[in-house]
Amino acid sequence: VSALVLDCLGRPCPVPVIELARALPSVEVGEVIEVLSDDPAAASDIPAWCRMRSQAYEGSAGFAYAVRRLS
Amino acid sequence: VSYVQSVIPVSLDSASGLPLHPRAREAYLAALEDGWADPARLYSSARRSRQLLDGARASLAAALGARPDEVSFTPNGTTALYGGISGVLAARARAGAHVVHSAVEHSAVFHAVAAATSVPVDYLGRVSVDAFASAVQSDTVLGCLIAASHEVGTLQPVTEVAAALGDVPLLVDAAQVLGRAAVPSGWSLLTGSARKWGGPTLGVLAVRTGVRFRAAVELGSLDLPSVLAAAVALEAAGAEAAAEDDRLRALIDQVRASVALIPDVEVVGDPVERLPHLVTFSVLYVDGESLVRALDVAGFEVSSGSSCTSDTLEPSHVLVAMGALTHGSVRVSLCRTTTSQDVARFLDVLPHIVERLRREAGVAGL
Repeated sequence: VSALVLDCLGRPCPVPVIELARALPSVEVGEVIEVLSDDPAAASDIPAWCRMRSQAYEGSAGFAYAVRRLS
Repeated sequence: VSYVQSVIPVSLDSASGLPLHPRAREAYLAALEDGWADPARLYSSARRSRQLLDGARASLAAALGARPDEVSFTPNGTTALYGGISGVLAARARAGAHVVHSAVEHSAVFHAVAAATSVPVDYLGRVSVDAFASAVQSDTVLGCLIAASHEVGTLQPVTEVAAALGDVPLLVDAAQVLGRAAVPSGWSLLTGSARKWGGPTLGVLAVRTGVRFRAAVELGSLDLPSVLAAAVALEAAGAEAAAEDDRLRALIDQVRASVALIPDVEVVGDPVERLPHLVTFSVLYVDGESLVRALDVAGFEVSSGSSCTSDTLEPSHVLVAMGALTHGSVRVSLCRTTTSQDVARFLDVLPHIVERLRREAGVAGL
């Protein structure tokens, strides 16, 4: 279950990644943010952002990408 | 800080294509006069054309490490790839149609094959020899491996893959290597693009004697002036390659080191085992189109692998395969006319442009 859903449907990269970065402090460590994005770049850029920011990429289902806050 | 826009923009996009080498231009113009006749005819002007064609073919073959009768010409590098792949598939139809290729090939390879296994690459953009060889099936008739990625510059283990494939022929896309670095040994088919070495738009396909191959289409007449100009350009590039390798390699090292100091910029590709003249980096939170346009206004022409800059709105499949950030992607590629001052000015301007775009987008410090 995610603590927050970010609806970025219809918005091009890097918007989903920017919204994710902005929203991160609003959830507790250990909680999950779900980013909804239909931009094909999100499939690469959300995991890449998690790697760069040392957060956990938990995978995707359709247009939904799950990110767990680690720090 | 303010910048005066350059009167003449600095092209940092040699990997897309170079201006015609001055000597290739001379050869092209001379051939328009001297080589107009059909080299397949028997009269004097035709024999002159034949002589010019044979000379150009021999020169190009030598640079490729091929025999003259193994070399043919196509309209461009993309059709050389199509021609090479379709020729093997046509000749081997009864044996099978499966092709093994890397995940970072030119898109023409993906379009030319039907049954295929795409071999993944590591974060540097390189295939593993074992993974490539393990993807071979009983009906595999061809392997395809780009000698070096035109997007990130990482060199592939071509010779090792060719050896591991045994009897399965390997098509090597040498577009970014020809005229710049040694052609790796082991290929059965080799393709190139004269635009990438300072020649005109012309593709080259070499097929080793003994490789089972049947040209799927007859290509018809050759553009002889283009063939001559391509040969002259490759000779010129070859003569300059050693000195240019050192010079461009050092400039790219400088770009890699300097760009990495900008916050949240990732330099992608192998820092050492790479092409001498190009580098790609990704700028977090900035879109590629804005970067390309802002750099253009500042007088620098670069390309981008970001989805917003592509015709298909898909991100670069090379960056995706490497797990790299695809937005904010910039490729810088140098050529013989790039000066160290050009690079220094680019590196001066870039951090300010990144800082401004991030400030305008409200993502500074995110």
